Amino acid sequence: MSLEYTSSEMMSVTAARALENGMTCFVGIGLPSEAANLARLTHAPDVVLIYESGTLQTKPDILPLSIGDGELCESALTTVAVPEMFRYWLQGGKVDVGFLGTAQIDRFANLNTTLIGDYKAPKVRLPGGGGAPEIATNAGEVFITLKHSKRAFVKAVDFVTTLGFGRDGKGRDNVPNIGKGPTRVITDLCVMKPDPDSKELVVVSLHPGVSREDVIDATGWEIHFAEQLESTPEPSENELTILRELKARTERAHADA
Amino acid sequence: MAEFLSLHDAVARYVQDGATVAMEGFTHLIPFAAGHEVIRQKKRDLTLIRMTPDIIYDQMIGAGCAKKVIFSWGGNPGVGSLHRLRDAVEKGWPCKIEILEHSHAAMACAFEAGAAGLPMAVFRGYIGSELPSVNDQIKFIECPFTGERLAAVPSVRPDVSIIHAQRADRQGNVLVEGIVGVQKEAVLAAKHSIVTVEEVVDDLNAHPNACVIPSWAISAIAVAEKGALPSYTHGYYGRSNRFYKEWDAIARDRDTFTQWLDDNVFNAAQNHAGENS
Repeated sequence: MSLEYTSSEMMSVTAARALENGMTCFVGIGLPSEAANLARLTHAPDVVLIYESGTLQTKPDILPLSIGDGELCESALTTVAVPEMFRYWLQGGKVDVGFLGTAQIDRFANLNTTLIGDYKAPKVRLPGGGGAPEIATNAGEVFITLKHSKRAFVKAVDFVTTLGFGRDGKGRDNVPNIGKGPTRVITDLCVMKPDPDSKELVVVSLHPGVSREDVIDATGWEIHFAEQLESTPEPSENELTILRELKARTERAHADA
Repeated sequence: MAEFLSLHDAVARYVQDGATVAMEGFTHLIPFAAGHEVIRQKKRDLTLIRMTPDIIYDQMIGAGCAKKVIFSWGGNPGVGSLHRLRDAVEKGWPCKIEILEHSHAAMACAFEAGAAGLPMAVFRGYIGSELPSVNDQIKFIECPFTGERLAAVPSVRPDVSIIHAQRADRQGNVLVEGIVGVQKEAVLAAKHSIVTVEEVVDDLNAHPNACVIPSWAISAIAVAEKGALPSYTHGYYGRSNRFYKEWDAIARDRDTFTQWLDDNVFNAAQNHAGENS
């Protein structure tokens, strides 16, 4: 194989492949939305995409800039009010996977989208929780996708906006009516999964051309690798073509608006 | 029955200094024209409630209208930060503001509870989140039947809610279409409500299950053509993604922001949304 592709494309394709056909997915904006729609346009035509703006089973032709773009509503099976979305569809247990991005993630897959620094005197103020705190606990499981860097992958997040497995890895133990939590993290370097016992994230698959040192250098804690470390399959020509067309359509549409 | 007023008169009558105000519209149908009218009338010390403060509250905060903001996601969607919100929180410009932050599920449930006349909303939320440690309005209760630990937040009961909709009929019944967010809940939860509309028509042509808010549940209706720009009105005009991107540079700097406000709000005709039209 000698296809040319970027590490970002590798990330999007790998994240898309995590979604199985027929799954119901509550989609975050940005990278998760790109991956979820790529899945829908390739191997998972019957994946059900839900956005928190109330758009149910939506099939956007271009990627939305905001979570409530008109495209999401126009291409949806139906659009419900936001309280119904969170109460019936999410809390009611109708969502298989929550697909989230984040600014910071730690070794127990806790997510921080609130701030960097101290709450009373933040160094960087981030947008806040949005839908994530309840998506992460009420969806059957959670996929997370973001670019790998030491700034993003920290030993302990500055603020737990959204539960992964808690600051001690036991945050979901003995909690009734809670989803499995993060089951995989897809970056531009690798795929991570939580250790079944400690819940600490370990690398299970390296993307082609990425070394262990690359991951170690981009991770803020002493990252472990699975004994059976795999090599992530490369993107196919079809996946790359569809991804590039989707992004080009999106760029054209947003430039005009 | 809803009274048809000019936007100026509706805001003058129902938005008092110090009031608790919810201006809703989840990315769609954001009542910008009304927000600009609030700025022009120099309302002060408002407690502003909105799930996603968006550019509309960034403008109102920068103009000095707010003393407190209650929200669940405070960014410029798809672009970045709300610089006026941050400047007010971090540096106290043009005045200090207090923030109270929630998750979307909490606020959606709180609006619904407000519409239902309940004092609080109960939901399965905030598990393992540290938001309850910085927001004393988040509590946990035990279900009296199952013993399950559930989150509770006070319901939202604004003094006035303001929303934008496609159209009203001549009796003042309002049709909301597309992404309906928490707009109906916001109107029903509030003591008073103002609905701005694109147009007034003879017949709403609403199908039996459409989101229609009856005239007798609304205080005032004001016509504000393009009143949601730079957000959008389903069936009328699209979202100006370009303006949302441009706003980042306008709002980053106090002087460019102040100049923008002068040019597009204070010196603009009433009912003019003011952006890129």
